[in-house]
Amino acid sequence: MVYKIWMSVVKEFLLLKRDLGGLIILFIMPLVLVITVTLIQDSTFKTISDTKIPILLVDNDKGSVSKTVFDNLEKSNLFSVVTQIDNKAITEEVAKEAVYKGKFQLAIVIPKNLSVDLQAKIDQNVAKIVSSMGLTDSTATAAPSEIIKEKEVKLYFDPAVQMSFKNAVMNAIDKMISQIETKSIYTTFQNQLGEGTASFEQKSFITFKEIIPRINNKEIRPNSVQHNVPAWTLFAIFFIVIPLSINIVKEKSQGTFVRLLTNPVSNLIVIIGKTITYSAICMIQFYMMVAVAIFLFPHIGLPPLNIEGHLFLMSVVALFSGFAAIGFGILLGTVASTQEQSAPFGATSVLILAAVGGVWVPVFAMPKIMQIIAKSSPMNWGLEAFYDVLLRNVSLLEIIPKISLLFLFFIITTSIALFYDKKKRTV
Amino acid sequence: MQPIIKIESLSKKYKDADLYSLNDFSLNIYEGQIFGLLGPNGAGKTTLISMLCGLVKPTSGYFSINDLNYTDHSSKIKKIIGVVPQEYALYPTLTARENLHYFGSMYGLKGSYLKDKVVETLDLLGLLKFADKRIETFSGGMKRRVNLIAGILHNPKVLFLDEPTVGVDVHSKNAIIDYLKLLNEQGTTIIYTSHHLAEAEDFCTNIAILDQGSIYAQGTPSGLIASTAEAGNLEDVFISLTGKNLRDGI
Repeated sequence: MVYKIWMSVVKEFLLLKRDLGGLIILFIMPLVLVITVTLIQDSTFKTISDTKIPILLVDNDKGSVSKTVFDNLEKSNLFSVVTQIDNKAITEEVAKEAVYKGKFQLAIVIPKNLSVDLQAKIDQNVAKIVSSMGLTDSTATAAPSEIIKEKEVKLYFDPAVQMSFKNAVMNAIDKMISQIETKSIYTTFQNQLGEGTASFEQKSFITFKEIIPRINNKEIRPNSVQHNVPAWTLFAIFFIVIPLSINIVKEKSQGTFVRLLTNPVSNLIVIIGKTITYSAICMIQFYMMVAVAIFLFPHIGLPPLNIEGHLFLMSVVALFSGFAAIGFGILLGTVASTQEQSAPFGATSVLILAAVGGVWVPVFAMPKIMQIIAKSSPMNWGLEAFYDVLLRNVSLLEIIPKISLLFLFFIITTSIALFYDKKKRTV
Repeated sequence: MQPIIKIESLSKKYKDADLYSLNDFSLNIYEGQIFGLLGPNGAGKTTLISMLCGLVKPTSGYFSINDLNYTDHSSKIKKIIGVVPQEYALYPTLTARENLHYFGSMYGLKGSYLKDKVVETLDLLGLLKFADKRIETFSGGMKRRVNLIAGILHNPKVLFLDEPTVGVDVHSKNAIIDYLKLLNEQGTTIIYTSHHLAEAEDFCTNIAILDQGSIYAQGTPSGLIASTAEAGNLEDVFISLTGKNLRDGI
């Protein structure tokens, strides 16, 4: 039996070795994928980006507020502020058209007299407070309050921009406006009360500090590489479903599968041979991607993958994720009659599993129902196990439930495939 | 004399089929025979061979090979039979040698015995110099010969051949037939299906003509010709028994 399994493994390796297209899918595409996606997603993790997004600023105010908005946007390093097109100051209509046509992603329209009206409103409010405290000059007569209408800063977004970008920009601008208002209030109070020497501390009293987990006295700071390499490695491992299912469909169409059925060899031995071969392929893929992330990434402007002390557990997760992918591939290859069925279905189902599993959007950000579905996705078990090892520094014991689920998935899918095949032959 | 293949009241009705592909079929095949199963399309030849090889389960009935009941000893039966399917059941991107080493190993053959056996049979069928070429580069006749070798490496007691010479050139056909005769002389019982009636007449020691899942006639080729009025060859016998109507079907 061992000899038959060994010969099956040799045969599978020979078949793969002679299939250039298959080899490219198995080894080159995952590397291209992980490099490309990590490079693209790296900017979202960086606080300082080399690429600035050009945005339009329509300044109808021409006062201190619009100047502060302009300065803050420029300082943010995220945006480059455009105030003129073809050497002409931008009007709201021009800005609106440019954004809606997708030439710019955002236009900010500052209303007329914003600075003056803001100051007037603050003056009114401060005066009321000071007066209620009995701190006004007794000789001064209270002037009737002029009614100042609320002002609206308009934001125009390109309809194609994503909600997350919109929300981030709106939050940033809201914060900026609040700061301007607060600063103006402080300054007005100071002018009303102060003799010119004492001044209010205008710096924020409450600040935020992210506490980074420390392992062996070293900060484990999550970055695009720590997040993306496990996710896309898992994605690549699951793509083994396609060549494996094609391999099985080919055996059926070539007649070699029928020949094997007439030989004194059980289908289980054939499947064990394929499982060993494709597990080895998964591990080679995994080590190649890890090697690229460690050694190549620093040369292309990305932080290197930090796997310090985690390689063994990461290998365990990769192996069991590989088992789950192989089980799915065996099932798909057994059920499909043609390559035209197995290849597109395999590719689409891996994309769905990746989406559901949280490779693109974190599970916590999904709707409730999708969060429940995600928990039943093998890609999610693998991804969480990778994150547990790499980012949460857990032990083997703590990932056992997740890798057990991955192995159970392999057993169930393979058993269904064997049962289906037996049933199908009982024609 | 005990038959090496004993078939009793074997029937097969496929799911969703209206008619039986094989209906209450009984037949004995004796050791050393070259037994031809002839019949028009849909006669039940492939169904019968598929059941004897363990690919299809009978609906009812019984058969044994070398006194081994198929229900209890299917894995033992698989060790003593060889199967040469009609299609080239080989891996196109592997070489002839790699294919044969793999299929030989599935019969438990290994080491120098397997290597020598592969070389010997490739040589006998004129393919030794192409042993390390990929199957995808072979002609139809060459593929047929490798297909045959893959089924006989383990010296089977019983060899099933489903149209082993279809679509090949005369030289390949002669090489295959000569080799099969040699195997038969060495003790292998051969069960063979073909549409080449002249080839069957020359090659087979015994023949059964099947139609609609039943045996219409059985005997030696010369006996069948002699017992059919105005028959000069096996084709005349075949036409006289099965008629001239086309048997297309899906």
